Amino acid sequence: MVTINDYAGGKPAWCPGCGDFSILVAVKKALVDLQLEPYKVLMVSGIGQAGKLPHYTKCNVFNGLHGRPVPAAVGAKIANPELTVIAISGDGDGYGEGGNHWIHAMRRNHDITYLVHNNQIYGLTKGQASPTSDQGSITKTTPDGSPMPVYPIALAIAAGAGFIARGFAGDIEHLANMIKAGISHKGFALLDILQPCPTFNKKNTYAWYRERVYKLDETGYDPSIKSGAFEKAQEWGDRIPIGVIYRKETASFEEQVPALKKGPLVKQKIEPSQIERLLSEFM
Amino acid sequence: MSIDVNFVIGGEAGQGVQSVGFLISKALVRCGYHVFADQDYESRVRGGHNFFRVRVKDSPVYAVSVPIDLLVALDKDTVDIHLTEVTKGGVIIYDGEKTKNIGGDSATFSVPLNRLAQETTGNAQASNTVALGVIFGLIHSDVNLLVKVVQEYFGASKVGEDNAQAVRAGYDYTLQNYRGDFKQRLSTINNKQRMLINGNEAISLGALAAGCKFVSGYPMTPTTPIIEYIAAKAKEFDLVVLQPEDEISAVNAVIGASYAGVRAMTATSGGGFCLMVEGLSLAGMTETPIVVVLGQRPGPAIGLPTRTEQGELEFAIHAGHGDYPKVVLAPATIEDAFWLTVKAFNLADKYQLPVILITDHHLASSYFTAEKFDLLQVVIDRGKLLSERGSAAGSEYKRYQLTDSGISPRAFPMQHEGVLVVADSDEHSEEGHIIEDAETRKNMMRKRMKKLVGVGKDVAPPKIYGSQEAEVTLVGWGSTYYAIREAVDILLEQGVSVNSLHFSELWPFPEDDVSDLLRKAGKIYVVESNASGQLAHLIQAETCIKVSDSILKYDGRPFTPSDIVREVKKRNK
Repeated sequence: MVTINDYAGGKPAWCPGCGDFSILVAVKKALVDLQLEPYKVLMVSGIGQAGKLPHYTKCNVFNGLHGRPVPAAVGAKIANPELTVIAISGDGDGYGEGGNHWIHAMRRNHDITYLVHNNQIYGLTKGQASPTSDQGSITKTTPDGSPMPVYPIALAIAAGAGFIARGFAGDIEHLANMIKAGISHKGFALLDILQPCPTFNKKNTYAWYRERVYKLDETGYDPSIKSGAFEKAQEWGDRIPIGVIYRKETASFEEQVPALKKGPLVKQKIEPSQIERLLSEFM
Repeated sequence: MSIDVNFVIGGEAGQGVQSVGFLISKALVRCGYHVFADQDYESRVRGGHNFFRVRVKDSPVYAVSVPIDLLVALDKDTVDIHLTEVTKGGVIIYDGEKTKNIGGDSATFSVPLNRLAQETTGNAQASNTVALGVIFGLIHSDVNLLVKVVQEYFGASKVGEDNAQAVRAGYDYTLQNYRGDFKQRLSTINNKQRMLINGNEAISLGALAAGCKFVSGYPMTPTTPIIEYIAAKAKEFDLVVLQPEDEISAVNAVIGASYAGVRAMTATSGGGFCLMVEGLSLAGMTETPIVVVLGQRPGPAIGLPTRTEQGELEFAIHAGHGDYPKVVLAPATIEDAFWLTVKAFNLADKYQLPVILITDHHLASSYFTAEKFDLLQVVIDRGKLLSERGSAAGSEYKRYQLTDSGISPRAFPMQHEGVLVVADSDEHSEEGHIIEDAETRKNMMRKRMKKLVGVGKDVAPPKIYGSQEAEVTLVGWGSTYYAIREAVDILLEQGVSVNSLHFSELWPFPEDDVSDLLRKAGKIYVVESNASGQLAHLIQAETCIKVSDSILKYDGRPFTPSDIVREVKKRNK
């Protein structure tokens, strides 16, 4: 029986009121609800406030470079598909620095869950614009207002991700359900998580979000229709949808690779003499 | 009399120059000869001038030489460019129905290559295989053996059969029509089985023998064939090849796979390596074993994409931000390409660090004749692994446990029930979690750097060729080995007191051995394919021994023995 104590980690170094605290609770709750033993879980993170999250749990952790959690997570998943691999990133780390990796990992449909803490600002470097800052946001690096933001969910639909959802740090129960659904999805699962930054983002606060977010599953929305999903993906302003925006399960990269059909690579024996036949091909 | 014959096959990209060169080489190895072959091609898919040089001897051969005994010209440019290199007594094979007025006073043999191809296969594309048959006719080799090689190459299909017919057509035409007196005969001398193999292939085999299970690489000349070769064998040997979106992804995926427990490798060239250096630093910090093949080509920037250079030695040694231990190996021979790849994986695992294997276009793409690698000699050393659950049940596994050697027992996620593996690119505690305090930082930096002491003992010193002491010592590294060795032989014959000292393992720099060897040397000339003399810098920085001069080449072409002989004599006047 896995309990929340099994996932108890170090003391977070986040600002008081940071949305990351709620996300941490939701992540742990999801893992416990799924009864996943910590040693079978791998969290791969990049750099930013979100990247610290794995240190505040107890499981396998690979905290790598800024923008690079996805490729490291992909490599680990291929080496051992028995691991539940969760990549953890932020809007700068994931949608900015690591944008290229993100797009192509979705296209290839690796079986990993990607949690992107989206606070629309750079926190660790203290308050610069991010790829998702609302247009016109005045930050330390955009004194005249930031340019158009990226719509990560629309981009994910275009790139072919099979599970795309949005959660909100202000609703832990709902967020935990989204994380569970993402982990359970076979293939790439993107979860964009709306997360207030009380220190550097004075606009997109808890109150601002609470006035706007609504749950898609309470509206009869059908996440299996791509065109409808694409429309929902760009709904941002007075009303902001949360929940599963698009879902379509197709064979994951790992399911399609012949070598992995025989079991995890990490369990396969090394036998140099087996290449003897190859040497003969050069003769 | 010993045999030493040079062939050049030239034509446009797309005419099958490479196939003819490769197949003639392979067939002659089957006939018992030693063959060395290299390719000179432009960065284009069609057109231009490409040529394939093949040198055949009845004793080991590792470099090409001019003049040409047999020039096979699939187009007019080949004749124009190589005419003056053809030796007296040599022959130019060309298609007289296509190419007129070839000029010069060399002996020629006009063969209707296109027409014969069209007649036998219905397609002029097979004119290159017709030429193959012509060559075998001229040198009086066993055409049945050649046909077998061609059929194996093209496979049991209509294409294979057509090409076999094309070979026979060229061969028969030659026997019936050749009236000249080309004297080189290359009939079968023995049936000794040897390999014809290039550097990329030897590295690929080394990786497979070493149990590499994951390769992620972005195509880039000259190492793309490594990724392609391994990809073609992935199904059979249970490994995964992932073509990533860029080289940043490649190195990070390799690190992720290695962290999860498998041997993993990437291969690239200088430009891609640039994108990987942050990842190298990550491998250093997280103590994750990885192997990176760096196949050099001339830079800076895109440079000369299909040519050769040794311009990245200092870059490789210093690649990555911050201080961390790494190993740099540079195969000098075709055998090294295989064995140092195996060693790279073992050192990476044993010391938990990145190993860079530097080659260059010359070694990567040239074909050598080699004895079959003895797989019984392959040793797999996965290094110090956590034997089981850890000392006390419930205690946290220390991925970065402080030890005398600096090496901490490694574990993989899910390897042992309940054991959690925490790796971090931030400075970290023994358990792998982020820290900020000065004392831990100091201890961790010392622990990582200490591994250099251990791995330094596993790095082989440079090898001497020739006598222990000489008036001139030629120093080199990597693929220039064969050219330098042959230059030594030539200079010795001419009465110059010379030997050579050659590095194939460069970092950690074997400074004690090198100091001992070089203190006995007279004049020290460092021979390198780069513009700044990078090995010379390294020797001077690490040993405080001043080298006499550098012999440098940076025109994108490999050193020939005669280049080196000429430069030594110039300096020794």
